[in-house]
Amino acid sequence: MTTTLKHTPLFAAHVALGGRIVPFAGWEMPLQFQGILAESRAVRARCGLFDVSHMGRIVVEGPGAGPLLDWAHSNDIAGMAVGRARYGLLCNPEGGVIDDGIVYRLGEQRYLLVANAANMERVLSWVRRWRQERSPDAEITDVTLEQAMIAFQGPEAVGIMERLSSFDSSRVRPFWCMEADIQGRHALVGRTGYTGEDGVEVILPSEHAPWLWSLLQEQGATPCGLGARDVLRLEAALLLHGQDMDATTNPVEAGLERFVKADKEFCGGDAIRRAQKHGVSRKLVGFQTDGRGAVPRHGYAILDGGSAIGKVTSGGFSPTLDRNIGLGYVSPRHATPGARFQVDVRGRPTEAVAVPLPFYSRKR
Amino acid sequence: MTTPSDRRYTREHEWVLLENGGRALAGITHHAQDQLGDIVYLDLPKPGTPLKQSQKLGEVESVKAVSDIYSPVSGEVVEVNAEVVAHPEVVNQDPYGRGWLLRVAISDRAELEGLLSADEYDHLVAKQGH
Repeated sequence: MTTTLKHTPLFAAHVALGGRIVPFAGWEMPLQFQGILAESRAVRARCGLFDVSHMGRIVVEGPGAGPLLDWAHSNDIAGMAVGRARYGLLCNPEGGVIDDGIVYRLGEQRYLLVANAANMERVLSWVRRWRQERSPDAEITDVTLEQAMIAFQGPEAVGIMERLSSFDSSRVRPFWCMEADIQGRHALVGRTGYTGEDGVEVILPSEHAPWLWSLLQEQGATPCGLGARDVLRLEAALLLHGQDMDATTNPVEAGLERFVKADKEFCGGDAIRRAQKHGVSRKLVGFQTDGRGAVPRHGYAILDGGSAIGKVTSGGFSPTLDRNIGLGYVSPRHATPGARFQVDVRGRPTEAVAVPLPFYSRKR
Repeated sequence: MTTPSDRRYTREHEWVLLENGGRALAGITHHAQDQLGDIVYLDLPKPGTPLKQSQKLGEVESVKAVSDIYSPVSGEVVEVNAEVVAHPEVVNQDPYGRGWLLRVAISDRAELEGLLSADEYDHLVAKQGH
């Protein structure tokens, strides 16, 4: 069997910039341009650009759209004002996380759900199933391929966006969005992201993506690849689905209860409430290792006194903190900041200490 | 980047540069650091450690990957480059110069004959499709 990898509307731009291209979730995407650490630092210091067009975009509209998403998504959807955006989880009836994603309310009866590229097919059939069973008067459209999505992130991003467009940051606070005019071209600009910095995510017709990419580059934005995106999201302790959580993870274990609306009926809600009531046997922990040392990585065992107590789900070197950091699952006792354990780095136990999350948060 | 012709290379992307008095510097190639990307940690043997040609001597870790380093020659570690231990990014910046890893007392100079010349190494890298 041969699979053809998809290209975003910015693929040619990535190749022209000398990006190192890798397969990712069915797409050919840039891993890095000038280098992962330099790109990560540029986003923390100024601003960077990420092609996130590979992420799945699903428009749900009609009278049944709100009720459908309120059943399929853990956060309060119908309670959002138009222009609001909320992060949350799509759970199976057992409370396991099928995907995580942001829902933007574009109109009274019009919503946009952004899903992880790797989960897009599953998410699409999941919402279609609930449409059929619960909300036939909702219309579901996959708009992924007709649009591009560019994340423009960093302390300078919002100011630059305001200079270039009708985007108004006094009106569009974090986790809000607006339809904006960028030099005569129409785009949806959401004040959201996956880096721990202020910034925006811009959705626009595919044919305008290379234009916006170069426009923002001319304003000083550094092109960034998936490598920097992973470094930055880990520093901000933003979980990666498929790695830090999956369909066997309860949101209570993952520390994501703040994205679960307590008093609504939704798929998986009962299981989540049971976990809250009875407790869980493992919890997400953030840790750092002593010194610069060997890097704790995904899949490594977490040890206490020589026996395995859990696994690292994400780990790496943090350029912002100049130390190694990681996420993993351990017993609630070990998930308390200050708890000490070891990470088995290829046969060598490396001392680690649990720390509060996020590892990094921007100054406001 | 030009591959320096003053030294020999392994198929595993290490280099060795003969110095005076039976000593040599060892490091990894430009191609190796380029493939790894940003290097963040080096695990290198202490002075006095015996080395055997083609055997693993340590590890280099980048943001994305871990890679074994193999000894280009047999002998004994004389010195570890303290600069690259403290600042691993120097290996990315200058793999053939300041980014050397170890100084080695060579036990069998004839081993160098079996290693690749700069031209042969370039050919190998080109053949691997990079």
